[in-house]
Amino acid sequence: MDKATFEPKNVINGPMHASIRHDSAHKHVTGTAEYIDDIREPADTLHAALGMADRAHAEILSVDLDAVKAAPGVVWVMTADDIPGFNDVGSTGQHDEPLLATNKVEFHGQPMFAVIAETRDQARRAARLAKIEYRDLPHWTDIEGAVENGAPLVVKPMTLVRGHAQSEMDKAPRRLEGRMEIGGQEHFYLEGQIAMAMPGEDEDVIVWSSTQHPSEVQHMVAHVLGIANNAVTVNIRRMGGGFGGKETQGNHFACLAAVAAKKLGRAVKFRPDRDEDMAVTGKRHDFRVDYGVAFDDEGRIHALDATYAARCGWCADLSGPVTDRALFHADSSYFYPHVHLTSKPLKTHTVSNTAFRGFGGPQGMLGAERVIEEIAYALGKDPLEIRKLNFYGQPGSGRTMTPYHQEVEDNVIARVVEELEHSSDYQARRNAIIDFNENSPVIRRGIALTPVKFGISFTMTAYNQAGALIHIYQDGSIHLNHGGTEMGQGLYVKVAQVVANTFNVDIERVKITATTTAKVPNTSATAASSGSDLNGMAAFDAARQIKERLIDFAMRQFEVPREEVEFLANRVRVGTEVVPFDTLVRAAYYDRVHLSAAGFYKTPDIHWDREAGRGRPFYYYAYGASVSEVSIDTLTGEYMVERADILHDVGRSLNPAIDIGQIEGGFVQGMGWLTTEELWWDDKGRLRTHAPSTYKIPLASDRPKVFNVKLAEWSKNAEPTIGRSKAVGEPPFMLAISVLEAISMAVASVADYQVCPRLDAPATPERVLMAVERLKAM
Amino acid sequence: MTAAMHFILNGEDVTLGGFGPTETLLDYLRLKRQLTGTKEGCAEGDCGACTVLVGRLIDGVLRYETVNACIRFLGSLHGTHVVTVEHLATRDGTLHPVQQAMVDQHGSQCGFCTPGFVMSLYGLWLSNDAPSRAEIESALQGNLCRCTGYEPIVKAAEQVAAERPSSLFDPLERDRTEIAAKLWDIRAHPETIVVEKDGARSVIPANLQAFADFIADEPKATIVAGSTDVGLWVTKQMRLLDPVVFINHLTELQSISADEKGITIGAGVTYTQAFEVLSEEIPQIARLIDRIGGGQVRNMGTIGGNIANGSPIGDTPPPLIALGAELTLRSHSGKRTMPLEDYFLAYGKQDRMAGEFVEKVFVPRPREDAYFAVYKISKRRDEDISALCGAFNIELDMEGRVERARIAFGGMAATPKRARHVEEALAGADWNWATVSAVRDLFDQDYQPLTDWRATAQYRSLTAKNLLTRFFLETAGAPTELRRFELEEA
Repeated sequence: MDKATFEPKNVINGPMHASIRHDSAHKHVTGTAEYIDDIREPADTLHAALGMADRAHAEILSVDLDAVKAAPGVVWVMTADDIPGFNDVGSTGQHDEPLLATNKVEFHGQPMFAVIAETRDQARRAARLAKIEYRDLPHWTDIEGAVENGAPLVVKPMTLVRGHAQSEMDKAPRRLEGRMEIGGQEHFYLEGQIAMAMPGEDEDVIVWSSTQHPSEVQHMVAHVLGIANNAVTVNIRRMGGGFGGKETQGNHFACLAAVAAKKLGRAVKFRPDRDEDMAVTGKRHDFRVDYGVAFDDEGRIHALDATYAARCGWCADLSGPVTDRALFHADSSYFYPHVHLTSKPLKTHTVSNTAFRGFGGPQGMLGAERVIEEIAYALGKDPLEIRKLNFYGQPGSGRTMTPYHQEVEDNVIARVVEELEHSSDYQARRNAIIDFNENSPVIRRGIALTPVKFGISFTMTAYNQAGALIHIYQDGSIHLNHGGTEMGQGLYVKVAQVVANTFNVDIERVKITATTTAKVPNTSATAASSGSDLNGMAAFDAARQIKERLIDFAMRQFEVPREEVEFLANRVRVGTEVVPFDTLVRAAYYDRVHLSAAGFYKTPDIHWDREAGRGRPFYYYAYGASVSEVSIDTLTGEYMVERADILHDVGRSLNPAIDIGQIEGGFVQGMGWLTTEELWWDDKGRLRTHAPSTYKIPLASDRPKVFNVKLAEWSKNAEPTIGRSKAVGEPPFMLAISVLEAISMAVASVADYQVCPRLDAPATPERVLMAVERLKAM
Repeated sequence: MTAAMHFILNGEDVTLGGFGPTETLLDYLRLKRQLTGTKEGCAEGDCGACTVLVGRLIDGVLRYETVNACIRFLGSLHGTHVVTVEHLATRDGTLHPVQQAMVDQHGSQCGFCTPGFVMSLYGLWLSNDAPSRAEIESALQGNLCRCTGYEPIVKAAEQVAAERPSSLFDPLERDRTEIAAKLWDIRAHPETIVVEKDGARSVIPANLQAFADFIADEPKATIVAGSTDVGLWVTKQMRLLDPVVFINHLTELQSISADEKGITIGAGVTYTQAFEVLSEEIPQIARLIDRIGGGQVRNMGTIGGNIANGSPIGDTPPPLIALGAELTLRSHSGKRTMPLEDYFLAYGKQDRMAGEFVEKVFVPRPREDAYFAVYKISKRRDEDISALCGAFNIELDMEGRVERARIAFGGMAATPKRARHVEEALAGADWNWATVSAVRDLFDQDYQPLTDWRATAQYRSLTAKNLLTRFFLETAGAPTELRRFELEEA
């Protein structure tokens, strides 16, 4: 009812494409949104802490846990011998990731045992009392060390080939070679890893896990306990951030808590300290890109030959698909007539690197943008000119084929870039900056415009499926559940919008419920930006089924043809009669209509053959572009982001407010990756940037001082996705590449833009200053 | 002597005994009181997810400040009003304007940092109804958000700034008089409080003399003022401290006064209090203070603590040494005064005898015609620890020659240290580019810095030299430092 007119409303609250607030916003701001550590603990809940290795690579000679066991409050000390099922939590079936170390350790911080005590404080104190003898083995923590030591690969590498890159190298008018080092990144989700397990009858165990992938936690817990999947229920209402860091990395904590809970018959909670979390969980992969590029005097690329070596850590985890995705994005938005790309997923004695927003894509794309910079500086041109020259063409141009033999059919990059170039006044500002630099001895400025084209779908085709479950109760209230998880990205509210829209009822009628393996089985990780594409469609399918049944019922009951049943806002018109939605629902119940439905969706048309390096791994692409302007201090290497302008393509947005939030947040997170966030291991293999005191993510005062963010409002997904929207989780992360390149331009000014600065990431003040010094010396 | 302390938690008077000396406010709130709106993000005072307000009487006025509950010990809360996020909305669920602004601007995504941001925004809102962007960013320096990119949070601060509903609506404005009276009562008849748990003691001395007497008897006691460093000994190193003596309530240590000679800063003066005075008196140091920790840390941490703990990367010693500051140590039996630089003997070793404590530091004003500057270099501009921090104080004679040069750096040696070789070479020389370029390399004789995760030795050495260049250029009238906001914008 409209409060002003007392007439029924014509439109509902919270339809698709509306900018509505996050469903939990009120709870966030009042502190009532419940995270796992906030759940009232069951009586006699025990607490766990990790015993961690203090060697990077060593044989374990002896383990003396007497002092640990004797410490106050300790109930149990769990080692690998206590695992009833399999001591293995590898997510991709490589069997290379023991839950607890047995005879060797392969990184500093590797879990060796778990202490279960009456309080968390007691568990943490006891965990430090172990006496362990090791025999040290040679270790290496970075790509350089891995290469020098002939490190093994953690998975089979991938190669993408089209044409004849090597022979074209020799034929082209110009060629150059170079190397780019790209640092990793800690997720720094504000809520650290956490799990709580509660034992049930028989083999049952219920686990609350802060995970993006409850089904995987379910499978891992069952695997480690040696029981069937159906005995394990995993729940997650919300995470305090994920970013990929909770795709597989929650498995350890959930499995340890579950084993202890079953053994001791008491609930067990496992919340590592932030420092421990950072020391034992995987991060974004560091990469070293070695590239050779052949091009002509115009700047048109003829061929690219590049190798992508990655610091994968001590086991495979997701390093295979991550390094694959780096190759899938080694083209950025550019057409390579001839191309040869190889991955090198190297084993190192560090945490096992894992998924992180972009999943290798950012590193691949960054390498491509470096190549563009190289060409531009070699030719004395604006990198933007080189970019435009090399963009993929429109269908029919002969310039649409990717290195993995998928045609780019939905290309809007030229339009996005052109609009942004104008709206940001790029050319005039670039000229002004060049003038400014001529007269400014210490402070220099730089500007860059970089594009984003990001492939959407899991490259593991099977993951591109989703389920949902909808009930309508007799009072007309709707219960919504799906396999996607909420980590702040607004997935729950977007899917609720889909359901509200389908029934044409206010979103307040739709109860969003916690993700649980007991309602929707066999789900995929909420990852690869796929959350709303997959779960939105699955929920739509479920809602559509119930709606069909309601229509059938109404046709039957009122003897009207189908077109006489119309879902108005919160009401249904049946012939000449209009009834409230809940009245229809109740009538349907009495007529024994099934008011519950499971929905399902699988992404059509995609396929991928990794061996052949061919297929259509992506359903579609999301596009965007950004312009960043920075100032640097050539005496200290300090810098500031003066302004950023973004135009981003989310198709027809399901919720513009949420999408803008993803774009701004992704950009700033990407900035952090490329600027101040530096992971630093010492010679003992210890991560020394293991807490926010030493690992510096952006603050409010680091964000662009002027920040203009727009959606490409004209865009609609060419594919029939939910509401013709596009995925938005990961693509904006890579918009931040313009920040690095703007810094690079400011550095280049000290050598009159004649030399490519080859500024590696992260561009800490130190790296910037050293690049300035290098160029000054030339 | 009594065995319990008194404070107010939201709307409730609390008398509390039987807690351990290192029990944190955060654990108390979450585990004992089930006030789970306040989150633990890092347990070291860097992320701000645990931000609460603590109200205390300063010169008789009730003032609320943001603090990190994760490194705040319970024993430091005697006579305060602790306000958590649960206290903001009305009982019927109506959001406080600060909360509503965060909702309106889409200022939360995952929501985990949000209660902390709400409290920081609330602290700003209480004290400033027209904050500049610089002031908003400063108020948010101690809060990390990994989701939003901060833009909507800053917009929320702007939206709510001028919104002042009836004072009855705001719980702290509404109850201000009553709360102030209660806190006054708690402090009216100070007694030394000793709280014990399993034999471990928190000591809250009645006054400065009681503190001096206690520390004379028990020189091994850990003295805690702001706990911004000691807090981490507990949460990260799991150290057991016993006894702990709390001094943050000792008003005798909290005076800061300026006269024509200089500024006298009591050991218990927080960074925030010092900032207010120094902004007027020595703005160069005030600007540096704005880059130490976040607001929460500056509201707790003290200048005295920053000196007393002897860190080689403490940010206040370099400028204080460059100005020729004098440190006064006090004990049960008397006082002694020394040049601040002499206090730092070696890494982890200071000239402080058993039973002594830092009482105050006197900071001479820079000579009116002196050139004085402080430069902090860190990976991230705000809320980061220095890779290096340099302070330059140059006085010229009538002929433009250097009459006296005092240069001190942190992060370049095992202690905060003067650049004696550079100073000597400058003395008597013409203050011009030729001199500066000739003496730059002498820094290599003064400092042999280390490589660590903050910077390499090479970067530290080069940047120290370049900071002298920057300083010279600035004295020549060419400001070279990047500033996010021009002074008028701030």
